[in-house]
Amino acid sequence: MTTHAPVPRPRETTARAASVFLSTHPRARLALLLTAPLFWLGLVYIVALVLLLVTAFWSVDSFTGQISQTWTLDNIITVLTGSLYQTVTLRTLGVALLVTIIDVALALPIAFYMAKVATPRMQRILVIAVLTPLWASYLVKAYAWRSVLSQDGILEWLVAPFGGSTPGYGLPATIITLSYLWLPYVILPIYAGLERVPDSLLEASGDLGARTWPTLRHVVLPLALPAIIAGTIFSFSLSLGDYITVNIVGGANQMLGNLVYTNVGAANNLPLASAIALIPIVIIFGYLFLVRRTGALDNL
Amino acid sequence: MRLSRFSRTTLGVITAIILGIVYVPLLVVLVNSFSTSTSLTWPPPGFTLEWWGRAFRSAGALEAVSTSVQVAVISTLISLVLGTLISLALQRFAFFGRDAISLLIILPIALPGIITGIALNNFFRTIMGVPLSIWTVVIAHATFCIVTVFNNVIARLRRLGTNLEEASADLGAGVWTTFRLVTFPQLRSALLAGGLLAFALSFDEIIVTTFTAGSGVTTLPIFILNNMFRPSQAPIVSVIAVVLVLISIIPIYIAQRLSGSEQQRR
Repeated sequence: MTTHAPVPRPRETTARAASVFLSTHPRARLALLLTAPLFWLGLVYIVALVLLLVTAFWSVDSFTGQISQTWTLDNIITVLTGSLYQTVTLRTLGVALLVTIIDVALALPIAFYMAKVATPRMQRILVIAVLTPLWASYLVKAYAWRSVLSQDGILEWLVAPFGGSTPGYGLPATIITLSYLWLPYVILPIYAGLERVPDSLLEASGDLGARTWPTLRHVVLPLALPAIIAGTIFSFSLSLGDYITVNIVGGANQMLGNLVYTNVGAANNLPLASAIALIPIVIIFGYLFLVRRTGALDNL
Repeated sequence: MRLSRFSRTTLGVITAIILGIVYVPLLVVLVNSFSTSTSLTWPPPGFTLEWWGRAFRSAGALEAVSTSVQVAVISTLISLVLGTLISLALQRFAFFGRDAISLLIILPIALPGIITGIALNNFFRTIMGVPLSIWTVVIAHATFCIVTVFNNVIARLRRLGTNLEEASADLGAGVWTTFRLVTFPQLRSALLAGGLLAFALSFDEIIVTTFTAGSGVTTLPIFILNNMFRPSQAPIVSVIAVVLVLISIIPIYIAQRLSGSEQQRR
């Protein structure tokens, strides 16, 4: 048996005084917790984003290549009216939408199987199987597709005997590769969302006479919708800003990211690049605003 | 709802096929790393170990790995501190602007990488006049890594509740002692899981990195991008990819063990 010594009176140190102050002043505790992260995110991120918006209204001196800080709407007008920008915006939007649709269509059966059908052991194996490709470098996976889709690649070798041929490099290759790259990001939130749907609800629906499809439509889908939307935010947003995949497998096609990239680098026109970058920002914010009420943002 | 045997099997087969296809490109990379062809010809005309030997002697590749590890370690540490602070604030307090802050945290990954990249590039170069270096990469990476730590820690905090902390305070422990001896030990595995994800995210990031890296800074993804289209270097890239996937089994295994022990405890 141990005997309990009386607790000694705490020494009056500064740390102790601070601790006493903090435990009696919750607001001070909150301020202490929030200061550093908000300082970081505010300064590094919000200020940078706002200044990006501001830069879009500046211009570049064509002789010196220096940025002149006089206000002008030229960049915005160029981006809004230029046929190049309209075409590329529509193309990028189309690619992002198709990639998202493909990924959700592929992810739903897998996530459902993982969450509701597989045994716990199988479930763990499948989670690892979905996670492992995430750790292979993004670039290497895009490059792997370049090799799969090339004229003497494995796809041509596989389908040529049946009279098929590889799509080669271009927009279809870009869509395939992007869908491949973001698939795990879509599977994981949907799987997590479906796992939270209690089995008892599915059984109750069955006991009340609903067959498989009505149960899926009226019970599972509404409960899993926020998670599905969370998944689409990833695939949509990641596709919207991508410019490296399209460089690797997209042939000569350009996406919005490429236009931004060339204007930052080779053309050295940061104001125009900022103006182009506003297009995906507006689209993403519009999308986030649309889905805000579904609770999708808590599922990211 | 009871799924028929048929639909269970169908779902299983679909899952197996899709996951199988997911691994085909990775296998192609594995085979290419031994191929004598430098132009991705399939089937490989012959096999060689030359690329594996050259990859492990390539000074550029080794240096890029070390740069990437440095960037990933420092930005993971920063994001661990900031992510823990902010999840404690958002989970334990209700205050005005809380929803805005949680949106602010997910914004760096919800917005396309190119936006974060160009915003920071503009911020450092044009506004602050700071030359791009390894530190600008670290700052950028830490910013988007906060969210992975935040997600893990806040999920844990939600499940923990405050009972133990209150008990600790009732027994006379101060704020610091309670955090050190009660809160932190309970967060440890969540921090490890979040930290692993943050590390992986930073290690593999290319888009934000190209916009924020100084001219002398070559992280592994930048090295891969620079060498991917050079015929004499391309197979070395395949070797690096295979090694990365093999090494990644360790953190995945740890993360699985962590979540496995979590489930048993519940």
